[in-house]
Order: sequence, then C-alpha cells, then structure tokens
Amino acid sequence: MGRGLFGILGPSMIGPSSSHTAGAVRIGRMCRSVARGDIAAATFFLHGSFAQTYKGHGTDRALVGGLLGMNTDDERIINSLELAKKENMKIQFLPTNLGNYHPNTVRAEMVNKNGDTCNLIASSIGGGEIQIISVNGFPANISGIYDALIIRHMDKVGMISKIAALFEKNKLNIVSLYNNRESKGKIAITIIEIDGDVPEYLADLVSKIDGILSISVVNKI
Amino acid sequence: MYNNANELKLLCREQGKRISDVAIEIEAMENEITVEEVRAKFEKFIDIMNVACHKTLNKAIPSISGLTSGDAKKLNDYIEKKQNLCSDHALKGVAFALSCFEVNTSMGRIVAAPTAGSCGIVPACIFVVADKINANKDAVIDAFATASAVGSIIEKNATLSGAEGGCQAECGSASAMAAAAVVEMRGGTIDQSFHAASMTLKNVMGQVCDPIAGLVEVPCAKRNAIGVVNALLCVDLALAGIKSFVPFDEVVAAMYEVGKSLPCELRETGLGGLAGTPTGIAIRKKIFGK
Ligand code: SF4
Repeated sequence: MGRGLFGILGPSMIGPSSSHTAGAVRIGRMCRSVARGDIAAATFFLHGSFAQTYKGHGTDRALVGGLLGMNTDDERIINSLELAKKENMKIQFLPTNLGNYHPNTVRAEMVNKNGDTCNLIASSIGGGEIQIISVNGFPANISGIYDALIIRHMDKVGMISKIAALFEKNKLNIVSLYNNRESKGKIAITIIEIDGDVPEYLADLVSKIDGILSISVVNKI
Repeated sequence: MYNNANELKLLCREQGKRISDVAIEIEAMENEITVEEVRAKFEKFIDIMNVACHKTLNKAIPSISGLTSGDAKKLNDYIEKKQNLCSDHALKGVAFALSCFEVNTSMGRIVAAPTAGSCGIVPACIFVVADKINANKDAVIDAFATASAVGSIIEKNATLSGAEGGCQAECGSASAMAAAAVVEMRGGTIDQSFHAASMTLKNVMGQVCDPIAGLVEVPCAKRNAIGVVNALLCVDLALAGIKSFVPFDEVVAAMYEVGKSLPCELRETGLGGLAGTPTGIAIRKKIFGK
C-alpha cells in the first residue's frame, strides 16, 4: 500500500528539510506530550546529521517550535527560540554521539514546571515521519501516526488485561501494544497506539486502575 | 488501486477517464471521504504553494544558513529586460521554483512536492502553465492530482528520497510528476503524459545528491531550476509526438537500480560531488567550524 496522493504532495511544512525541520517539529511535540505539562527546561542531545547541520537546517528552532506546541507548518517556528526565552524555558543543544542510531536522532531531557523529569529518544526517519525509540529509558515504538498512551504502572499480574478491558469497553481498537519493565515486580511501562482519537476521559479512567503510576496521552501529529 | 503506470493507464482506458479523475476517485475511496473533500485538501496546499512561488520574486529573503539569497529576484528582474534566450514561460517557471525554494530555505511555509528539497518544481510548472492557458482552479487541482499519482507510482516502485536514490529520485521524480501533469493540462493523452514523465526522468538519470555542508540549499536550488526546464521540455517533446523508447515503469525501475548503486558519498551525506570540492569543504568549515 502506498501513502496516497497526500503522502506525495504534502505535508505543508516549514522548510528547509522534511527530516530536519518537519520531523523535528513533530519530535518536539512528542516531547511536550511526554513531559505532561508546561516545560521549564529541555536539553537536546543531537546525534549524527542532526548534530552537524542543526543550525543550518533550523532543527533547533523546529524542535523548540514543537515543544511550544506548534504545528509543522507554523510560520512562528523561525522565532521559536526567542519565544521560548520569553516563556522562561531553558533550552540547550548539545551535539553528541548517541551510538548506533539513525543519523537524524535526538535525545531530549525535559523538566516540567512541577519539577518532573522525563526523557525520550526519537529519530526523524524521512519525509517528516518520526519514530520514538525510547521513553524514560524504556524501549518504545511510537510513530505519531496514531494517538498513543504511555502508561507507567506497577509490574504485577493482570495490569495489561485490565487496561485492555477498558479499551474494549470504550470501543477503542488497539493498533500496537508494547510492554516493558524495569525489573520484576517494580515499575513497568505500557505503550498503546489506537485507531481514532483518544477520548478525553480515557486517561482518567485508566488512572483509576489500581497500580497505575502515571499516564501521558500522545496525540497523533 | 494501481501499482504502476500500466495499471493506471488500464484503469483510465477502461473508465474513459483522465489520470487526475481516476487518482482523485481512488484517493476518496481509500480514505472514505468524498471527491470534494479530496479537492478541498488540494486547494489548501495550492494556496500555500502559490504564495511561496511568488514571495521572493520581488524581495530577497536570506536563507537560514546565510548561504544564499535573492536568486528568484535576480531572474525575475532579468526576464523583465527581455534579453532572455529560453522562453519567457520557461524562465518564469524557473523564477517561481526559485522563489518557492527560497521560501523553503528561509524557514517559510511550503508543501513537500514530493520532498522539501524539490518543492519548487511541481508547483512552478503547473502555475506557469496555468497562467499561460488561463486555467481555472479545478484544472489546477486536477494537475496536482496527476502529479501526485505519478509520484506515488515512483514511490511504490522505487524511491523519492535523495538519501536513498540520489537527486534523480527527488528532483528527477518531481520533474516527471510535473511533466505528466502539464501534458494533461494541455490536453495531451495519457500515453503522452507518461512519455513526458519517462523522458524527464531519463534526462537526469544518475543525478547525484551532493548538498554542500549537508544543507538542502546548494546545489538544490539549481536542481529545482533545471527540473522545471527539463519537465517543460519533455512536455513539448511529448506533445510534438516524440515518444520515450523505454516505458515509464521500466525507467522507474532503472532509476531505482542506478540510485541504489550510487556510493553513499553521493546520497545526501554531503561528502561527495559538489560537497566534496574545495569550495564545498570551505563552506562547510565556515558554517560548522569543521
Ligand atoms: S541535491 Fe540532494 S538535497 Fe539537494 S535537492 Fe537534490 S536530492 Fe535534495
């Protein structure tokens, strides 16, 4: 299956490069969702081609534009660094070598206004498409094509079936489900992509399940 | 559904329809939306592209890297002096493409067509021909649909990415898309659309992707420029009745083979080709300090 006509013409975006700009905006938006709440500070560790060309391609402005909630075609992206400063966001860019990753990869570390920290590693894989590779150190595989939920919970029997039952009850079709844990009996993370939109009340419902620690909704972008 | 040019041609012939009709209907069907909704989506993109194709014709905007600025304006001023050798339309098309490209490099809003690096070619060709023949909005939407359909065939059977297939896959594909679309706009046949697309792609077979300092800027702007002239030339060839010896699907397969056999230095890494010249290396050092 191809991507249809609008996989060829489109997206509408801020230039100059779909992987260095559009993809970076989407990664920034993902960072914002994962951080759950207003971001106070973010450090971007840029890898590969991101590290080399981030200034000339405006990848820095694109990541921060996403962090501020902008879309890939928002003409304010070019001024995002100044806008972030106005909002007292502390932003840092550090070219680095993350290891064996796609050449357009970034590791982002964020602190939100409540002081919560989080991080993710994401690659811009071409044509503005992205892949989240890890969230808070847990392996993940989120494309941003679907709405996703990142659920941190206790690692105990029956958690996934309880979560899945809730999805079924709300007629939400699961596209993919990843589950990983830190160590047996401690904290686990479940990442679920679904068809359609995550209804607003869903996070509340999930968080009522016994053993749930936190939940982030990552809307498709 | 169509997977290649042959299948698309067959659908057109069976239904007695043009490429754009079939492409739009299938797009609507596969996404469970109406034909009108598909057209409206194109229209939104067309507005953005139209702005971009005119934005720097009279006013230079520097690129985000500081490397380039003002070529669209230079060419536009030159055309006004009426000393040009290429036709007014061809050059005006190039000026449109340069403007669109300059909007891209200055972090303005564009539509990837099929990529950001090649964003000037398809809209420039379609808009300049639309101006010439006074085409209405619907005809312009049809043209973009045909271009996209041809692009999707290339993507299904080869690649549209410079990193994978060199610039032939990016700007070459954009030109092929534009050529097929413009043939349809001018009332040519479906076969002529694909002859034009084939010839366009053949003309740049092997074109490498060698952006200086790894930035989508030099030589990309000029690859957009030649992309416009290449497409318009092949439209004229096809409308004159000249045929491509090798059919489109085979040309696409050959382009893919050639792309895959390019060394990685010539596929968007910013190492070989023009990027590897003393000038290219000096610019890289100036921008990145290494
Ligand atoms: S040279 Fe490479 S980066 Fe530049 S337009 Fe061609 S394919 Fe894109």
